[in-house]
Amino acid sequence: MFNLIIKRILWIIPTLLVISMLSFLLIQLPPGDYLTSYISALEETGETVDAELVEALRKRYSLDDPIYVQYWRWIGGLLRGNFGRSFEWNKPVTELIFERLFLTVTISIATLIFVYATAIPIGIYSAVNQYSWGDYSFTLIGFVGLAIPNFLFALILMFVSDAIFGLSVGGLFSPEYQNASWSLAKFIDLLNHLWIPVIVLGTSSTASLIRVVRGNLLDELRKLYVVTAQAKGVPKIRLLLKYPVRVALNPVVSNIGWVLPQIVSGSIITSVVLGIPTTGPLLLRALMNQDMYLAGSMVMMLSVLTVIGTLISDLLLIWLDPRIRYENQSR
Amino acid sequence: MKGDTRNLLDPQQPVQTDPVDVSALADDLTNTRDSNLYTASQWQLMWWKFRKHQVAVWSAMTLLFLYLMVIFCEFLAPYPLSFQDTSYAYAPPQRIHFFSDDGFHLWPFVYGLEGRRNPETLHKSYREDRGQKYPLRLFAKGHPYQFWGLFETRRHLIGVDSGGTLFLLGTDSMGRDLLSRIIYGSRISLTIGLIGVGLSFSLGLLIGVVSGYYGGWIDNLIQRAIEIIRSFPRIPLWMALSAVLPSTWSPIQIYFGITVVLSIFGWTGLARQVRGKILSLREEDFATAAMLAGASQPRIMWHHLLPSFMSHIIVSLTLAIPGMIIGETSLSFLGLGLRPPITSWGVLLQEAQNIQTVAFYPWLLSPAVFVILTVLVFNFMGDGLRDAADPYDRS
Repeated sequence: MFNLIIKRILWIIPTLLVISMLSFLLIQLPPGDYLTSYISALEETGETVDAELVEALRKRYSLDDPIYVQYWRWIGGLLRGNFGRSFEWNKPVTELIFERLFLTVTISIATLIFVYATAIPIGIYSAVNQYSWGDYSFTLIGFVGLAIPNFLFALILMFVSDAIFGLSVGGLFSPEYQNASWSLAKFIDLLNHLWIPVIVLGTSSTASLIRVVRGNLLDELRKLYVVTAQAKGVPKIRLLLKYPVRVALNPVVSNIGWVLPQIVSGSIITSVVLGIPTTGPLLLRALMNQDMYLAGSMVMMLSVLTVIGTLISDLLLIWLDPRIRYENQSR
Repeated sequence: MKGDTRNLLDPQQPVQTDPVDVSALADDLTNTRDSNLYTASQWQLMWWKFRKHQVAVWSAMTLLFLYLMVIFCEFLAPYPLSFQDTSYAYAPPQRIHFFSDDGFHLWPFVYGLEGRRNPETLHKSYREDRGQKYPLRLFAKGHPYQFWGLFETRRHLIGVDSGGTLFLLGTDSMGRDLLSRIIYGSRISLTIGLIGVGLSFSLGLLIGVVSGYYGGWIDNLIQRAIEIIRSFPRIPLWMALSAVLPSTWSPIQIYFGITVVLSIFGWTGLARQVRGKILSLREEDFATAAMLAGASQPRIMWHHLLPSFMSHIIVSLTLAIPGMIIGETSLSFLGLGLRPPITSWGVLLQEAQNIQTVAFYPWLLSPAVFVILTVLVFNFMGDGLRDAADPYDRS
């Protein structure tokens, strides 16, 4: 088991390396660079651009070096916590993304909790009361939830709360807390706004998780040991929670591996629609303006988040499911 | 064992149905079909099972209707794509009436639209002009268009006489009929998923076969690569890749570019499934038998192994299409995917980006209904297909 965990953790290194290369390649792919698009934007407004200044800027950002030299410098800085500078904001990338990344993580974790807190009980209910009225309605809600793209859901939610309740639901803080430092009141204000993105983001994952829990538990409930326990008079709730539910939850844990990337991904678009200051709107801007260090670092950071999430789910699974441990030992 | 006899009779198409399943299935079928059951092909068995799945059948029919809409969009749309009339900007959906002041009319009609600008807010408001009645006409003469680029015609499925307007889902900021644009948009939105899936399919099949067939370090390398690709958060990568597409590209190039972007994740899951199936199937007796009979390796692969899990693959493809449709819509909505003048559902939804606009003109959200409907029916149909393709399902 120890070996397996070490192996799994070491596997992260090549993964991250390849991800960093791809991220960098991605930001280098568009023709031109930030300076060329900056210059053309300036020239459009009629301003003349000082050729010497451009040359100095080119040199300063080393835009003319071969791509692998640039990559090497970028990854070297990355390892030392230096993510480069954003051209557009003229600020270090670290400064720009730190708080936003924190909000992205907050929203993602809150969503993850929401997904599990709703999907598991509903899944159990649906399996125990299969083909009941409640089961059918949850199935229907689930399918509809799966069919609505996140951004549309956010849009519809905003429209409904605006048209019916007269509430504006955008943003993550009330105006008075926007620039305030962190305090308990600000935190409560955050919680008041957080539920909308959480519901928007969580619905599709919840919908598919309900199906997983329901299906697994149904398989488990048909097994003979359940009948045996019933025959011996084990109380219903106790029987349910002690054995079949525990077995049925194993795949749910391994699902963190795909639920997390889905949430992180979804939060990008949802944030743009809802106007939440997470990484989403920043990334969109950076991509549109070819602000390459910013965009690349953000794609990289989001990927790291996902890789870590997957790692945690794998470790949890090794810990939870003895079969995985044995399977690997016998190899 | 009935299943085995069948395998011997038709070695080209090995079926892994176990006898219990066949008899369970037979109970539900009529007697005449009962005799056919053992000679039915795998596809026939699937079809019989699929037919019993009511929701899936209805979904399949809805999809058929939607794709007919794609094919005949020029004829079905009341207005051609080029139509715009700014004097009808943001007109609300017109209602179809059967009753007027002088009683019931057998033939439905719409009233004329009368627009007035509010001098204070500058918003234009519309009301029905009860004095003017325009009956709906089938095969009405409207604005001219090129049907499939072949010949020019003025016939639309429905329309009203000249002078009247028919905006069943309202108009947008430039006075373009939303329903027509949705119908034209389906051309892009509904096909991009198909082409994307086709692309993922070819890639996934090829790479999966290579991976499962050669094994060893090639397999290892491919599997690791798939793991890495899958650990990328999908939407940021899609966004980054779409931002890479040069803005100088023509609409067609952008369209295919986006398709390629959307397929980048699609093939990985498929390649894994194909590999898994090949690994388990090549140990089966029929594969050994083919090998002993002297079949070459590629022949075993493409003629014996592949057909036996094709149904499974096709089902997982159906379930992959809605994801691609959502992908296109999301990217276009953000302004990273398709851009005007291309008309797709995502592009149409861009107009609904601003919540203030939506609050005033809620009909701008109507493309969303089509997106949700399409994704929903694809999911339902895929679900039914999956059940039908599963030979071990006893329900």
